[in-house]
Amino acid sequence: MTRRHFLQQSAFATAGTLLIPHFLKAYETAAMGQAMAPSGKILVVVQLSGGNDGLNTVVPYRNDIYYRERPTIAIKPADVLPLTDEIGLHPALQPLRALYDDGLVTIINNVGYPNPDRSHFRSMDIWQTASDADQYRSTGWVGRYLDAACAGHAHEPFRTIEVDDTLSLALKGDTLNGMAVLDPKKLYNQTRSPLVKGLSYNPHPSEGRAVQHKTPAGEPETVAYLYKTLAETVSSAEYVYEKVGSPTVAATYPNHELGNRLRTVSQLIQSGIGTSVYYVSISGFDTHINQPGQQERLLRQYAEAVSAFMTDLKAAGRQQDVLLMTFSEFGRRVKQNASNGTDHGTASNVFLIGGGLPARRVLNEAPNLTTLTDGDLTFTVDFRQIYATLLRSYLGADDVAILGKKFEMLPLV
Amino acid sequence: MNAVTSSLKTDTAKLRHLYSRAGFGATPDQLADAQSLKRAVRNLLSDSETVSELKVVEPDENVTKKNLKDLMQRGQLDRQMLRERIRDNAERVRDLNLQWLDRMASGKGSLREKMALFWHGHFACRTMGQNPLFMQQYINTIRQHALGRFGDLLMAVSKEPAMLQFLNNQQNRKNAPNENFAREVMELFTLGRGNYTERDIKEAARAFTGWQFTPDGQFVFREKVHDEADKTVFGKTGPFRGEDIVQMLLENRQTARFVTGKIYRFFVNETPDEARVSELADHFYKTNYDIAGLMERIFTADWFYDARNIGTHIKSPVELLAGMRHTLGITFDQPQPQIFVQRTLGQLLFYPPNVAGWPGGKNWIDSSSLLFRMQLPNYVLKAADVNIRPKEDGDVNTQSLARKGGQTFRTTVNWTDFEKPFAQTPDAALPDALAAVLLPFPLRPEQKTLVQNQLKSAQTHAARIHALTTAIMSLPEYQLA
Repeated sequence: MTRRHFLQQSAFATAGTLLIPHFLKAYETAAMGQAMAPSGKILVVVQLSGGNDGLNTVVPYRNDIYYRERPTIAIKPADVLPLTDEIGLHPALQPLRALYDDGLVTIINNVGYPNPDRSHFRSMDIWQTASDADQYRSTGWVGRYLDAACAGHAHEPFRTIEVDDTLSLALKGDTLNGMAVLDPKKLYNQTRSPLVKGLSYNPHPSEGRAVQHKTPAGEPETVAYLYKTLAETVSSAEYVYEKVGSPTVAATYPNHELGNRLRTVSQLIQSGIGTSVYYVSISGFDTHINQPGQQERLLRQYAEAVSAFMTDLKAAGRQQDVLLMTFSEFGRRVKQNASNGTDHGTASNVFLIGGGLPARRVLNEAPNLTTLTDGDLTFTVDFRQIYATLLRSYLGADDVAILGKKFEMLPLV
Repeated sequence: MNAVTSSLKTDTAKLRHLYSRAGFGATPDQLADAQSLKRAVRNLLSDSETVSELKVVEPDENVTKKNLKDLMQRGQLDRQMLRERIRDNAERVRDLNLQWLDRMASGKGSLREKMALFWHGHFACRTMGQNPLFMQQYINTIRQHALGRFGDLLMAVSKEPAMLQFLNNQQNRKNAPNENFAREVMELFTLGRGNYTERDIKEAARAFTGWQFTPDGQFVFREKVHDEADKTVFGKTGPFRGEDIVQMLLENRQTARFVTGKIYRFFVNETPDEARVSELADHFYKTNYDIAGLMERIFTADWFYDARNIGTHIKSPVELLAGMRHTLGITFDQPQPQIFVQRTLGQLLFYPPNVAGWPGGKNWIDSSSLLFRMQLPNYVLKAADVNIRPKEDGDVNTQSLARKGGQTFRTTVNWTDFEKPFAQTPDAALPDALAAVLLPFPLRPEQKTLVQNQLKSAQTHAARIHALTTAIMSLPEYQLA
């Protein structure tokens, strides 16, 4: 017997619908598998942790300064995959170039934020919370999107999913949290232990609070919060697992971490579970020494995985509904260091792929290597302009409420 | 005056509440040792009077990133060796983390260590360049002043090289001001946001010019980079230095209010009772910021033991881990899983998320962290292997924190001491008796059934205690203090 059947039977048999927690009642409705975003669109965020070197990713292959500052690690003009007269892609990004030729890729150069912070943890914090550089927020922008989109409705954590074992700050909201699911079956099994099952089949009295308007005697709100989180977890894990079933995947995914994670995202999308934002990360981009081989391997993995993902979505007829955004917490210094690597820098590039965006393009100017700030690139696009545009124009959400202020829209969608 | 009166009788539940907030939980023995709450508070204070330092590095063997770079420039070190040395430093910071955790779990000086954990979040600081000596000095300074005068603590920790480095005061010079340090001292350490002006920050930053440190970890005042001209801060004008600003901040009653409010939220209730906080803050201010006095006042107040304050605190990952170790006398055969737990649950000592520290409260709990927390007793007590992996932070220098072995839990549990007080407890009474030690609330009937279902029919008394303890620690209520 599934949890839902159990709840239905026991609750109806005993005290009627009053005992079914408010947020679980929603599972009984047909709205469950429907998209949360009014637009019906899905956003997939891919985070490159460690500070990907944007200059060797989107290469200014006609720029003398670039070659002068990077005598041994610059990508040779002959190896670059040209996009325009000025810039081209790292050779390992061949699959991405093919997507570009198909009109699926938008490249935004010089993305950063005012007063950039060159520490990994702080800059990642800023990107995940969408805060100013001197502001500290304990909630993430995707989490606040969940807050906004679910306001007044049932809480369904699976509406924003991180394909990982643990949840990033990006998915933590003020009142709601997204859900971390690396493997639906593994998560489901975790919620099947006799104890967890027992606790959630015998819901804590406080779970019915929203309906009953009363807290169990003498117990603080923290208890209710824990049981509510547990019930949501168990229900969501079961729902996701039941929905995904044993999917058939058309495309062949490369067998590495990002490939596996994007395959899971595709399975979840195709199962119709109604998730609006997926979040995935890979690390290893902190290339202080011997950058070339390391970055090449990572970029190749990235491009192979994204290519398989897009092929898969195309076969499923979903390419127009899904937009993948890739970012890193910062780029690297313009000048290479003494050990064939690069140190922490500032502005970098963001990729947008799929989503029925206008045909292939490079949105803005190439990096200006003559006017650097302390030897680093000067940003011209605030990353929160991208978030704001995606939230409002793509997902149909209230960008100002979620980001805390108004950012100028970009002509993306 | 202290609010504890003879009417406040010794009561296991209250004693338990005290130990869970003022320390890292209690052993059954500690709870069985009948004493008045007032006496227990005194004991906690006296037990925390002395402090012994944490040590992972001798001051003269520390090699800073700058030293290393100098060595490299002189050709005595290549880039690869430099990286190795930095990683080696990261390992020492890891050892410092584990050593401190051992102290927390030991039950000795637990109020001091608990206070120090609070101050580590308040004076949040990360190690830049993985410098173990700076972190060692920083945490020992915090531990040393944890129960002393807030003014001494504030001054000492503000002068710690780790803090000056973290808040960029080395870059704060007469002709090139950096306001980061002055801003955080006001916003996060003393007054709180909105209780100063941007002008105050700018002028105070000038007063802090010259507050620097040497590569071997000594605070120095460098007159050459200090701005000697007059500054106007909080309406006063003079040729102030950093010490003068700290003094002004202490003279401001808002500092007492802000710090007391934070202590109240951490030690009493996340939802502050404004009248109580205000009364405590007044007293804190009048006693010249006597921290031990403030804590004694809180722990001996009747209202501290009100039902509305019991079980309201969601344990931080470090509190959860240290508490479990203390109550059951657990030692880890290999220490790495303790780093793994901290990383997975989001509280790695010496790596707070930002200068504002760990947000705490409900922020600790989401679907994956709650499931992991509920499975933790199984990992720790049954040596089960874990099949999840925390994220990497992207920094190539901290990879040693993520090294292999973290997911294999092998522990030694001091069951003998834990079992002893339950030797005469009848089987049927065991669940309630254990819950009284482990949980802030009694078991509900369906919970009792559930934990009893974990038992097998023919089990020894000891085996029953082990199974029930593991089950009770796996309940959501065990996440609360």
